[in-house]
Amino acid sequence: MNYFPDEVLEHIFDFVTSQRDRNSVSQVCKPWYKIESSCRQKVFVGNCYAISPERVIERFPGLKSIFLKGKPHFADFNLVPHDWGGFVYPWIEAFARNNVGLEELKLKRMIISDECLELISRSFPNFKSLVLVSCEGFTTDGLAAIASNCRFLRELDLQENDVEDHRGHWLSCIPDTCTSLVSLNFACLKGDVNLAALERLVARSPNLRSLRLNHAVPLDILQKILMRAPHLVDLGVGSYVHDPDSETYNKLVTAIRRCKSVKSLSGFLDVAPHCLSAFHLICPRLTSLNLSYAPGIHGTELVKLIRHCRKLQRLWILDCIGDEGLEVVASTCKDLQEIRVFPSDPFVGNAAVTEVGLVALSRGCPKLQSILYFCQQMTNAALITVAKNCPNFTRFRLCILDPTKPDAVTNQPLDEGFGAIVHSCKGLRRLSMSGQLTDQVFLYIGMYAEQLEMLSIAFAGDTDKGMQYLLNGCKKLRKLEIRDCPFGNAALLMDVGKYETMRSLWMSSCEITLGGCKSLAKKMPRLNVEIINDNDQMEVSADDRQKVEKMYLYRTLAGQRKDAPEFVWTL
Amino acid sequence: MSPENGSNLLESDAANVSFKETELTLGMPGESRGLTLVEKASGKRGFLETVDLNLGRSSNVDYDRNKDSGESETDVSSVAKPPAAKSQVVGWPPVRAYRKNAMKSCKYVKVAVDGAPYLRKVDLEMYNSYQQLLNALEDLFSCFSFTIRNYLTERKITDQEVNNSGVEYVPTYEDRDGDWMMLGDVPWKMFVESCKRLRLMKSSEATGLAPRTASKCSSSS
Repeated sequence: MNYFPDEVLEHIFDFVTSQRDRNSVSQVCKPWYKIESSCRQKVFVGNCYAISPERVIERFPGLKSIFLKGKPHFADFNLVPHDWGGFVYPWIEAFARNNVGLEELKLKRMIISDECLELISRSFPNFKSLVLVSCEGFTTDGLAAIASNCRFLRELDLQENDVEDHRGHWLSCIPDTCTSLVSLNFACLKGDVNLAALERLVARSPNLRSLRLNHAVPLDILQKILMRAPHLVDLGVGSYVHDPDSETYNKLVTAIRRCKSVKSLSGFLDVAPHCLSAFHLICPRLTSLNLSYAPGIHGTELVKLIRHCRKLQRLWILDCIGDEGLEVVASTCKDLQEIRVFPSDPFVGNAAVTEVGLVALSRGCPKLQSILYFCQQMTNAALITVAKNCPNFTRFRLCILDPTKPDAVTNQPLDEGFGAIVHSCKGLRRLSMSGQLTDQVFLYIGMYAEQLEMLSIAFAGDTDKGMQYLLNGCKKLRKLEIRDCPFGNAALLMDVGKYETMRSLWMSSCEITLGGCKSLAKKMPRLNVEIINDNDQMEVSADDRQKVEKMYLYRTLAGQRKDAPEFVWTL
Repeated sequence: MSPENGSNLLESDAANVSFKETELTLGMPGESRGLTLVEKASGKRGFLETVDLNLGRSSNVDYDRNKDSGESETDVSSVAKPPAAKSQVVGWPPVRAYRKNAMKSCKYVKVAVDGAPYLRKVDLEMYNSYQQLLNALEDLFSCFSFTIRNYLTERKITDQEVNNSGVEYVPTYEDRDGDWMMLGDVPWKMFVESCKRLRLMKSSEATGLAPRTASKCSSSS
């Protein structure tokens, strides 16, 4: 079959960048598998426990860049105990031991210690990029090690991590000789940074394109930084509190005028909203705007800002924008592809947007593909309208703050509304539902959601049939997470082979029993079936009929993991 | 339990501050405030909505008190146990802990005590009243034996000054305008918003700041 020399194939494969495509390439035939594996540099491991680091290293000797994910998604919402797992150390240690030429590391929902960061900084001389998303276990001391030792550091991107701040001068640890920085994001750090060091760093980084500051960087420093970095493409403002008549503000306006390349804006962690007009200069060029951490921007100031953003493709906002504000978005942002509306008060059950805002968006923004919407209420009629207006949704996540609330007008379940969404949006890959839902909605999903890969369900369904419709229908399902639904063993055990075609299944507060889980584990040795017993609800000698509070199962080639804490039982 | 002379201090316009917040009680800080704390922390009047799960499991309904909130978990749950009470479900709404904490707006301010070699930091969001804050400050600097003058109630918080040098401190704070103010004049929430840092000033130095009569205090509200 092969008439090309290997080098030619390698060269061709270089153009194939997405992991999925490369996986497909590698499955064509043995020679292609060998060549593709030998030259793949970027690897994505969606579940760090699905495979051992040694196997990854063995298969991909050219490994330079890796993205690892650890804890299950519901860990974001406090459903998984902190020390459940997801430690990256064994991976780094294996890479170091095997002389992997690691250059890029991206982690999501993993635990990384300071020692690990230090190990990284010392073991990989060409290390360039560290991206940590929703990780924990480290302090600014670990960051200092990366800063000091990674001489070619290009990217340090910390997104929403829980970092213990020792107020050390990690930023000043970046040596004066390091001028390669392209991206720096420390918005999630709570402590102070050495402002003089920050200024000097920006001054000596001509390639800096992305900079996201934390709240400890005041306005006058921001202004100085912008003067030195007019080529920024992505800016995260830290603190934005000042006097509009001051000289600093005027200087800021001048600085902003020079930043003709800024396309992405975020931050405003502390803000005096009446001074936002300085940023109106930037708004017309913006394609991405994240104000979801800026509760201080609302009302007319917010709307004024939005009205200038005609080119917006991505908007993350708080629900204090209100339905009217969303109408402004709908009439202004015709290119909008992704919108996320977060609750400004996540502790209490009141959101400021309803189905009205959602419908307005669907009418005004036909290019919408991805939505996350926290709202007070929803109706079937609205969802049906949205489905008609926006058939291009690939990601649709709706969260009604009262999770079992029915249609606000008819008091019916929201089955028909979500049914319309899955029927109309043929490319839907991710769906998250809420509100009162019966088995019927699962029938629809099973029937229509052919491309669905990830589904999150809570407080939905009536009987095992609901889950059975899903498992029967959604051929491309990879991740299924269920909480507080009346699905039991009959559903769980209906098609055990299916779970090997999926990455993982999470079920909590459902009707499955220990016996059911044991049975599943026995039939499927290549699945890890974990029972998370964090509240001491079960004893080792528990009756098989006892209900399981939290179960997480995932396919794996690595067998039972050895780092599971006491309260996690792998059956 | 209403100290008469202090009771008019807080007839403030801030609707969501009640006298109860600054009332001196004998209990531990936070105790017997029950659901009131929940409302204050959220800043909203509305109750949380009940989730009627009908799954026959009591473990579904839990109390998602943020770990850093500093509120007494047992107090809240003991008050809210009856089924009619509104409650919050663990992990709902599905908002990342990072985001929840960020929206909670930690309000850390530095605390300086005259004569102490180092400063401390406290998170004002962890407290719901001046009383709680002053108690916490005393704990924080417990290695120095002192008392804090509490002009809210016109009496000392502790009586342990018997044998020490009797050093008395006046709690002051720097507000957004850079002015040094005495604690207690404005409603608690307003104080939290405007306070940039705290300083416990020696009483002997606080001349002109510290009236000994209630009338002067009440005139500043």
